[in-house]
Amino acid sequence: MVDTHATREAREIEIIVNGKKTKIPTTWTIDNLIRDLELRRKQVAVEVNEQIISREQWSKQPLGSGDRIEIVHFVGGGKEDKCLIIC
Amino acid sequence: MFDNLLIVGREFRSRLIVGTGKYESFEIMRQALEASGAEIVTVAVRRVNLTDKSKGSLLDYIDQEKFTVLPNTAGCYTAKDAIRYARLGREAGLSDLVKLEVIGDKRTLFPDNEALLEATRVLVKEGFIVLPYTNDDSVVCKKLEDVGAAAVMPLGAPIGSGLGVQNPNNIRIILESVSIPVIVDAGVGTASDATIAMELGVDGVLMNTGIAGAKDPVSMAKAMKLAVESGRLAFLAGRMPKKLYATASSPLEGML
Repeated sequence: MVDTHATREAREIEIIVNGKKTKIPTTWTIDNLIRDLELRRKQVAVEVNEQIISREQWSKQPLGSGDRIEIVHFVGGGKEDKCLIIC
Repeated sequence: MFDNLLIVGREFRSRLIVGTGKYESFEIMRQALEASGAEIVTVAVRRVNLTDKSKGSLLDYIDQEKFTVLPNTAGCYTAKDAIRYARLGREAGLSDLVKLEVIGDKRTLFPDNEALLEATRVLVKEGFIVLPYTNDDSVVCKKLEDVGAAAVMPLGAPIGSGLGVQNPNNIRIILESVSIPVIVDAGVGTASDATIAMELGVDGVLMNTGIAGAKDPVSMAKAMKLAVESGRLAFLAGRMPKKLYATASSPLEGML
């Protein structure tokens, strides 16, 4: 099939990762996303629509259009500056 | 000397717990943690910065073989948020320990006791080992113990204020009111503040700015280590009674 704009659109969905709109292939799981972002698996925790998804589930959890993903890790704490950004 | 800090069956040789915020660099933090002799370090849970990864990762500078990582819920103003952050912290760190903070006021960073109790109750049911940051209020501390807190962490003074233990009598009353460990959290500005806290008989001291905010954080970390040890030893030794008048130390017998 010719990779036209229309067909690419059909194979992509839009999700929100850490507050930012992001396009990913429809087939992607959290695992794909974490790999793509080059994050260290052992250092992050992931929420999808405010539900924590454990590492073992990352490869089994498909992502859907409009999903809100939060990827967090540990930072020096407790700093009280502009920190509270998850909402 | 077998005088370890016990938190729900976990034993720690150091009674100093240190934060990891406000350091100029991860490397200075790493050196300060090392110098402090602490075995528990607190960390905050935040979004990964996906656009700028140049800063590196905090955990690369904390040897988890040596340090127990204690995630906190700093920055949370509701029980709901604190619970959410605690769960994320558990997932990221694979440990049930949480330093629970539910702040009630931006200017003082004093805790919201009602929300703190509610969040403690929920998290204890979920199997967390909850260490709540609280006011120096014995009634609240007792309530926290009753809902299953593993320790209480009353403030000595407002977070980051460096004022030292403002109301030692409140800390004394808390020590009499609860049977779980009491850890003074917040307010320690210099070594003598830490010693004074430990001399009251508390089980430990937690600090961040006292070390990170010093001109030379690594030296201050060492000073805090010694101060906590010194205060603990003095407490165990039992101080002499205070007296209004002088008592001669040298005998009068045998004088000419």
